[in-house]
Amino acid sequence: MKDALGEMQSVLVLGGTSDIALATVRKIVARRGARVVLAARKPEACQPAAAVLRAAGASEVHSVAFDATDFASHEGFVRATFDRFGDFDLVLVAFGVLGDQARAEHDPAAAVEIVQTNFTGAVSVTVPLVTRLRAQGHGTLVLLSSVAGERVRRSNFVYGSSKAGIDGYYQGLAASLASSGVHVMIVRPGFVHTKMTEGLKAAPLSVTPDAVADAVVRGIARGHDVVWVPPAMRYVMAVLRHIPVAVFRRLPLA
Amino acid sequence: MASSETGAPELLSGWGRTSPTLATVHRPDDLEHIVSRVTAPSPRGLIARGLGRSYGDAAQNAGGDVLSCGNLDAVLAIDVEKGTVTVESGVSLDTLLRVLLPLGWFPMVIPGTSYVTVGGAIASDIHGKFRHGSFADYVDRMRVVTPARGACMLEPEADASTFWATSGGMGLTGVITEATLKLQPVETSRIVSDTERTNDIDDCMARMLDRDHEYRYSVAWIDCLAPAGHLGRAVLARGNHAVLDELPASDRPTARDYAPRTLLGAPPWIPNGLINFLSVRAFNEVWFRKAPRTPQRHVEGIKPFFFPLDGVRDWNRVYGSRGFVQYQFVVPFGAERVVRTALERFHAARLPTFVAVLKRFEHDSRSLIGFPMSGWTLALDIPASPALAPLLDGLDELVVEAGGRVYLTKDSRLRPELLGAMYPRLDDWRTARAAIDPENLLRSDMDRRLDLSGAGRRHA
Repeated sequence: MKDALGEMQSVLVLGGTSDIALATVRKIVARRGARVVLAARKPEACQPAAAVLRAAGASEVHSVAFDATDFASHEGFVRATFDRFGDFDLVLVAFGVLGDQARAEHDPAAAVEIVQTNFTGAVSVTVPLVTRLRAQGHGTLVLLSSVAGERVRRSNFVYGSSKAGIDGYYQGLAASLASSGVHVMIVRPGFVHTKMTEGLKAAPLSVTPDAVADAVVRGIARGHDVVWVPPAMRYVMAVLRHIPVAVFRRLPLA
Repeated sequence: MASSETGAPELLSGWGRTSPTLATVHRPDDLEHIVSRVTAPSPRGLIARGLGRSYGDAAQNAGGDVLSCGNLDAVLAIDVEKGTVTVESGVSLDTLLRVLLPLGWFPMVIPGTSYVTVGGAIASDIHGKFRHGSFADYVDRMRVVTPARGACMLEPEADASTFWATSGGMGLTGVITEATLKLQPVETSRIVSDTERTNDIDDCMARMLDRDHEYRYSVAWIDCLAPAGHLGRAVLARGNHAVLDELPASDRPTARDYAPRTLLGAPPWIPNGLINFLSVRAFNEVWFRKAPRTPQRHVEGIKPFFFPLDGVRDWNRVYGSRGFVQYQFVVPFGAERVVRTALERFHAARLPTFVAVLKRFEHDSRSLIGFPMSGWTLALDIPASPALAPLLDGLDELVVEAGGRVYLTKDSRLRPELLGAMYPRLDDWRTARAAIDPENLLRSDMDRRLDLSGAGRRHA
């Protein structure tokens, strides 16, 4: 159970190799120790993260197989995971791919892969997750979204549109789970220095996974609905969202 | 009736309003209904709930059943020969006082609020300003519905292990449905109280040790935000039941009246941050200054002496939506430094802590995981914030080293691994509990968090 000060005892990470998820869970286990289950397409790829978490104080770390685009497996995956490990205080939906924008603009398969992972896969696994979280009557469900979905840009609109889709889904989901005992939180980081963005030119207001982790942990304890990282991103995006199309297209960041 | 049979989903939290979870709430009105619920609860178990005054997660059960016992509100019998009263477990102490005082009877142990049920008072083995016993010490017998044995009547000597596992047992051994309580005769509903100010914590403790024996009830209200050099300055309030002769002639016709009024309610929405360092320091200053500079004796009612906060309905809402934590610990006599260190650390952290409560116990709870033990107990309320965790964790260490413990009924954030050190009879309690609930059908969020029952956190 999460305690009155936001300390958690059990965490499930979907996307167990995510740098942001690792940074977040590391902070959680450093405080009280917790049981962590890392789910990824190749569970063995979670080994480095598992070692880091054990060293940071996790009481147990398990790696399990989860394939975001194998939709048919999702219900069984959620059932098996909850049956084996019991309640989860936190479920972190952290998987996603950036993809190759240029290729995705011409290759339907490449575009579909991005959308199926980031949107369809996330929706598909969220449905059974929510059933279990509702049944346990408590817990926090966190989606790692992105500012890219807030106003979709020319430079990464396949990724951006997939994030816009899942972000919208979670907004409605959060409303549907009000008074259920389950807290839904959407995290919208700006440019984060991770292996996903390695080699890309950093955008203004870029942050580290650690900064995102701090914001996530604080947001969970406070019961926030949406967390922007850095916080100033909320106002930047509020302005960008309302800039006329003709102007927006000429901005260097678009 | 239909709704009480099927139950309704409800978001429940403790008095501190932290960590709400969803449960199916049933409101049983007879024993049969309770037996059927307790012996066949939902897969996520069941816990009883009274008036929800436990500060943390003791009376909530995420995803499971909660038996809200408010309908068990009958005062069944008063035995004037033996001086006992038999009540259903959902009877509040407020109701009890309304019935008993005009007849010249008074419970042996009264806590700091009248809005607790008798069932909750036993399950927490609560204490008050009386130093020589806690609530369960004055329970002659009680009826408990347990998963393995159904309804059974327990007496403290004949059924010692089950009785003392149930008292203070946080509801995890069964649902208490009825109890017979020993009473004390009183001539009036008034308290003759002496109030005095103390300079600092050492002065306060010295005065308590020196003259507590003259009083049945004793409490010190400590200003945690006092200026430097006055750390732990306090208002010491001690009293005895007034006899008829001590009342002014004009009050004698109403000598046994109990007429508490709820003066006002907290507004439904209060912004976070209203309770901050400056506002609380100002409040504490007023609290301290309104106490007389030189010791004064006066006659006052039950309510202002025992239940000063009951005058404001839902006062817990002043902390805003984030809620608050009450930290209460006890350390043996000789470990006064822990009390002092705690006050120093709260002061240094500049936390907005309203007046803290310092009391002494001169008895040990007989409950296997009961709280009271001979020594000093300090309790204070603090707005919930993640930054509080390291501070309280650090104080827990000092409490454990001194051989003390924190109070489960107030707890919402203890580290589970300290439980055994604080409650040395925990294994005896688990054994006694296993005999009446072998399948762990009784569950609460507190049990999930602290693994009190030892059933394992893995199995939700």
